[in-house]
Amino acid sequence: MSLAKRIIPCLDVANGRVVKGVQFVDIRDAGDPVEVARRYDREGADEITFLDITATHDNRDTMVHVVEQVASEVFIPLTVGGGIKTLEDIRRMLNAGADKVGINSAAVFNPEFVREAAQRFGSQCIVVAIDAKKVSQPGEGDRWEIFTHGGRKATGIDAIEWAKKMVDYGAGEILLTSMDRDGTREGFDLPLTRTISESVSVPVIASGGVGNLDHLAEGVIQGKADAVLAASIFHFAEYSIQEAKEHMASRGIEMRL
Amino acid sequence: MSSVAVIDYGMGNLHSIAKALQHAAPDVDVQILSNPELILKADRVVFPGVGAMRDCMVALDQSGLTDVIKTSAKTKPFLGICLGMQALLSDSEENGTTQALNILPGHVVHFPEALKDANGSSLKIPHMGWNQVHYSAHPLWDNIPQDSRFYFVHSYYAVPNDKVLVAATTDYPDTFACALSQDNVFAVQFHPEKSQTVGLQLLNNFLHWNGQV
Repeated sequence: MSLAKRIIPCLDVANGRVVKGVQFVDIRDAGDPVEVARRYDREGADEITFLDITATHDNRDTMVHVVEQVASEVFIPLTVGGGIKTLEDIRRMLNAGADKVGINSAAVFNPEFVREAAQRFGSQCIVVAIDAKKVSQPGEGDRWEIFTHGGRKATGIDAIEWAKKMVDYGAGEILLTSMDRDGTREGFDLPLTRTISESVSVPVIASGGVGNLDHLAEGVIQGKADAVLAASIFHFAEYSIQEAKEHMASRGIEMRL
Repeated sequence: MSSVAVIDYGMGNLHSIAKALQHAAPDVDVQILSNPELILKADRVVFPGVGAMRDCMVALDQSGLTDVIKTSAKTKPFLGICLGMQALLSDSEENGTTQALNILPGHVVHFPEALKDANGSSLKIPHMGWNQVHYSAHPLWDNIPQDSRFYFVHSYYAVPNDKVLVAATTDYPDTFACALSQDNVFAVQFHPEKSQTVGLQLLNNFLHWNGQV
């Protein structure tokens, strides 16, 4: 027995409220991120990720407050992403109690930002988030590129080369989202996940497309991911984190149960 | 009320450690301190750290806290965490060779390149996530089940000269020392402040430990 694979529930937060998740029956305030984080912690989440999906200035202050509250009572690693653009953004989130920050479009616009951030705060807290989309035609070898603006804007940057470059620049972990699969509930893009995971030395978190518990297991077994991230299957309380972990363990994956 | 000083020498995020200590033992006065005199007055000392070893040693020199750390490590219950553990060894191969505090004789080394698991898959560096801790008897493990999982993030690990210092081991895939103990000093490679129930239990044990083994 050795290192466990991780399940990371992701909370999409807008204006201090969890969005996508309004169907809880057993939670007092459906959209309160602190309450949701508390529940995920109780159910055995290995980490929790907060994604600020509006990333406006006002919302950033709200997010800092959310992280402070969660960090006072939830003692597992916390990651915050969405609109992280400056060293000051990172410092604020870490001081609020985040352990890692996710950097996405700011890395695409200015790769040096990742290097500066890793030098200043250490690679262990720098997660580079990559939104990738398949661009190869049928019959060609698989090829994926980086997209920004929620998958709407192509950059022409090859996803594998980008992942390697970000690790060279100091990323301690890669959060890999398939924009083709995100929101489809059809499962991870396994060839993408596996290709990236086998191309870099650091852990890769698979994201985008989870619709059932087998998808989580496939992300690890076929996709070679070190961790799996999902939002809606946990938000809608279809499955608890505990059920997800037990299912993955039943497929032979080492988990923290 | 007993007190614990979390040493602030400009490296790393001390707030999560302070919050976890306070949560683990609400009856303890938790202070984040950079003032040598105040640190010497505290009943217990926590020495945290994240980042690179050379930066850590430079920050310690600049802070003027090296002597206080050495004195504390001789006189009161002392807990080193992550880089705060590695800094207690004699030297580290990070950034070439970096001299460290030499409180626990031994070296800090990098995980070998191209690690493979039992199925032949590559193992990632840093070693990141929840791994099992196999311990030998010590008061800091009270009420913690054997082989519990703690949260790790690191690329280097400690190799003490004398195996008797090893208080716990972890496998990745080879066995390494994830906790060291020498008299009143205890040091862990993992992050108890991020290891949920078992981590809080270890911090609680430390905050009630008299420094005797």
